[in-house]
Amino acid sequence: MAEVYRFIGKPTRRKDAVEVVTGTTQYLDDIRFPDLLHGKVLRSPHPHAIIKKIDKSRAEQLPGVKAILTWQDVPDWKGGTPRVVRILDRKVRYVGDAVALVAATSAQIAKEALGLIDVEYELLPAVFDVEEVMKPGAPQLYDELPGNIVTPGTPAFGHSCLTEVVMGDVEQGFREAEVISEGTFGYENIPNPIPPEPPGAVAIWEEPNRVTLWVSNQASYLDKILLFHVFGKKVEVRTHGAACGGSFGTKLMSWQVQTYATLLSRATGRPVKIIFSKEEHIAAFVLRPGSRMQARVGMKKDGTVTAVSGTWLVDTGYYSATTQAQVAVGCGEIQLMTRCANWDLKTAIICTNRNASGSVRGFGGQELKCSFIPVLCLAMEKLDIDPVDFIKKNYVKPGDGYFWRDGLWYTYRGIDYSDAMDQGAMRFGWREKWQGWLKPSSVDGSKRRGVGVGVHGNADIGEDSSEAWVRLNPDGSALLYSCITEHGTGQRSNYVKMVAEVLQLPMERVTVTPADSLINPFEYGPFGSRGTYAIGSAAIAAAEDARRQLLELVAPRLDAKPEELETVDGVVFVRDSPERKIKWGAIGYDRTVMGYGRFDPDFTLANCMITFVEVEVDTETGKVDLLQVVNTTDVGQIIDPPGLEGQLNGCLGSSGIDSALFEETILDHSSGHILNANMIDYKWRTFSELPPIDNIVLETPVASHRFKAIGVGEVATSPGPMAVLMAVSNALGVWLHEYPVTPERVLKALGKLPAMTRTGGAQ
Amino acid sequence: MATAIKKKKSLVKNLVRFSVNGTAVELEIGTLPHQVETAHTLAHTLRETLGLVGTKVTCDNGACGSCTVLMDGKAVLSCMTLTVECQGRSITTIEGLADPETGRLDPLQQSFIDHTAFQCGFCTPGMIMSAKALLADNPSPTEADVKEALSGNFCRCISHYQVLRAVMATAQGGE
Repeated sequence: MAEVYRFIGKPTRRKDAVEVVTGTTQYLDDIRFPDLLHGKVLRSPHPHAIIKKIDKSRAEQLPGVKAILTWQDVPDWKGGTPRVVRILDRKVRYVGDAVALVAATSAQIAKEALGLIDVEYELLPAVFDVEEVMKPGAPQLYDELPGNIVTPGTPAFGHSCLTEVVMGDVEQGFREAEVISEGTFGYENIPNPIPPEPPGAVAIWEEPNRVTLWVSNQASYLDKILLFHVFGKKVEVRTHGAACGGSFGTKLMSWQVQTYATLLSRATGRPVKIIFSKEEHIAAFVLRPGSRMQARVGMKKDGTVTAVSGTWLVDTGYYSATTQAQVAVGCGEIQLMTRCANWDLKTAIICTNRNASGSVRGFGGQELKCSFIPVLCLAMEKLDIDPVDFIKKNYVKPGDGYFWRDGLWYTYRGIDYSDAMDQGAMRFGWREKWQGWLKPSSVDGSKRRGVGVGVHGNADIGEDSSEAWVRLNPDGSALLYSCITEHGTGQRSNYVKMVAEVLQLPMERVTVTPADSLINPFEYGPFGSRGTYAIGSAAIAAAEDARRQLLELVAPRLDAKPEELETVDGVVFVRDSPERKIKWGAIGYDRTVMGYGRFDPDFTLANCMITFVEVEVDTETGKVDLLQVVNTTDVGQIIDPPGLEGQLNGCLGSSGIDSALFEETILDHSSGHILNANMIDYKWRTFSELPPIDNIVLETPVASHRFKAIGVGEVATSPGPMAVLMAVSNALGVWLHEYPVTPERVLKALGKLPAMTRTGGAQ
Repeated sequence: MATAIKKKKSLVKNLVRFSVNGTAVELEIGTLPHQVETAHTLAHTLRETLGLVGTKVTCDNGACGSCTVLMDGKAVLSCMTLTVECQGRSITTIEGLADPETGRLDPLQQSFIDHTAFQCGFCTPGMIMSAKALLADNPSPTEADVKEALSGNFCRCISHYQVLRAVMATAQGGE
């Protein structure tokens, strides 16, 4: 039974609601700057080439052009993990790689100038397939990365960063198995979450070594730290996090556009703004990683997994920023959903000559499971195991352990999610609809229906550190200092809500600072689902600390002990004799009270999302319709019902469920060009095709959070794609193993079309 | 002489006049920095010349509906409309929905707030303008009508379900 709160768990108005609906929210491109220059990027038309010569003289003569920078003009600053990616390099590594930067008095002039820069390239052979690229003699993208294999592990997760799952004795495990399944499957359609607002940055450089940036990012404090390192630890960086028009993980970092704006401002002495076009956004910003896995699974009749072995190949495109982190988290997440004692899962991250993959909602685990679950399904089919029973049996249980991202072993202290799974199955009607593997739930002429289920969970809800201050003012208001941008989850309002609940102040009297790195304490940012538990706990701790100090300050005035006091609506009173009361103003007009809160990482809790889907496949046309979605989870305590509903409904778009149905980035393997880098050819779900979504949310209190709550926002997209593949396979009676299940693939599976000849990708 | 007259005439003609949110706008057409170029879209003019940045540009290519405004009460994509095409037209943007005297929000805006019909909010102005055009034309739409009217509006957060509720609650006889 959930506790009753004044604000927590109730729908409350988003603090930014009026601004959003009146168009006055200031997104990056809406902020006005005096004397502003506009930047544009000249991009490579070739997937792999050496720049032999650049002649910028014609472009420089264009009136209005203020600076043109090429690889010869910029410092040797590097980004990426490892740090091998120059801001501008003599070599280009994908179609879209930055060749030159232009700043001009208008965006139009800057664009015109791009066409006047003459570049001579020496073309190099390019490679787009993860296995081709590892072969001897394959083109090498970086001298520092022999064999095009990216250095495993990320320093951000420490020196023992998880890069594989190896434990127990797999040979013994396979001997114990009653069925062994194996195969190589992929999730290689590199879908793109495409938030509506394009990436961008505004920079103002101040000599000799300071830059202030306005960023449209999900984690603006981290930008400051990341850029400091990219700039060789020689530049002081301040970031202003503007409202972010969607991220879905992709705008965790936008270091490249930020460095472009910085360099152009440094060259011109004026503010410079760069906003990517939608084509650049799709073709030269973050894609999902490509994932291909060769796996072998041993299973017993009761669904016990006895062994998992295999190799997970991750295609990161032309460089990695966060891919090692995604591999680490993915390796942790696969253990959460597969209770197994014997593992030999190896990984490799590979560079290819295409636009880079990076952080996307589902962060590694979605990619890995979309490739791995088909292998599990083959074993379940042989043993006739219901996948819901399998998931219930194999999802992490209290007392189980796992290696998490830092390579350390953690014992899980969260709940058993079986109740949530049962309730979801009931709402969906799983027991009625499930007819067995490769069996449709119903057939009506050419229309065949099938059901599927997927699971995902992440022990990231307590990852990384957060700090916050809460300042109490004598006028009975409070200010939360937290370096959080609003990227759509409503969390800026939710932290206000948590602080208001602790202080018992109306939410109107609590505000939160702008996401300015100069004034706010450290904040990792709303990565994964850490917002509610990690960031929230820091805000709560700061509010509790401030409250404690306030009560200590006024206790003598009430002739009471601090622990005998309460505060409501800016008035402190004695709990047992409320007539003895005093306003916050009693602390004096010349004083404020500042509380500090910090959250330190804790990987012993995990969230869980199970998604049931029903599809209808038209065997004449090959079209797949999504008929029904049921998401089920347990969040401990709902903080904001409409905000949570929004997060769960988000399972469809942003390269979630729809990445199994129609979303894909189409890379031409002969030219390296992305063929659908626009929003007409890149398919997205419209209002006309909304399936019913049921979200079942249980509230089993989580003791270690003041309001018993954990987050689930990130994981909503992840269980769906594998559930769709399962549902379509069941509807048709044949296995489909490629994403997305386009009409072409459906008809091919039915033998109505010849096999496709597209090279690369999972075959 | 004839040329001079022609030139003078063309100078007089080189203006585009329309109204934005009830305010008359008169802009010179030309290639100088303060002028409207014939290639300028209405979205560009609204945002960059008139400072009305509530209209958002996502794709700039007519695919996503973010930049939707009303032209004589009908929804148009301002990124696909040239400013010079707006001669004599009446344009309404998201900034023009609230009552200019009282500041009171349009019922549709209020309903979007009450239903939390947004997440990141970037597509929201376009959604509201599309819905506004629908309700002006059809005050009692069915849910299917609303879906049809909003089918050109892109949202990645998936605010669709809450938007539908917000629009239906505003419609006469809705919800």
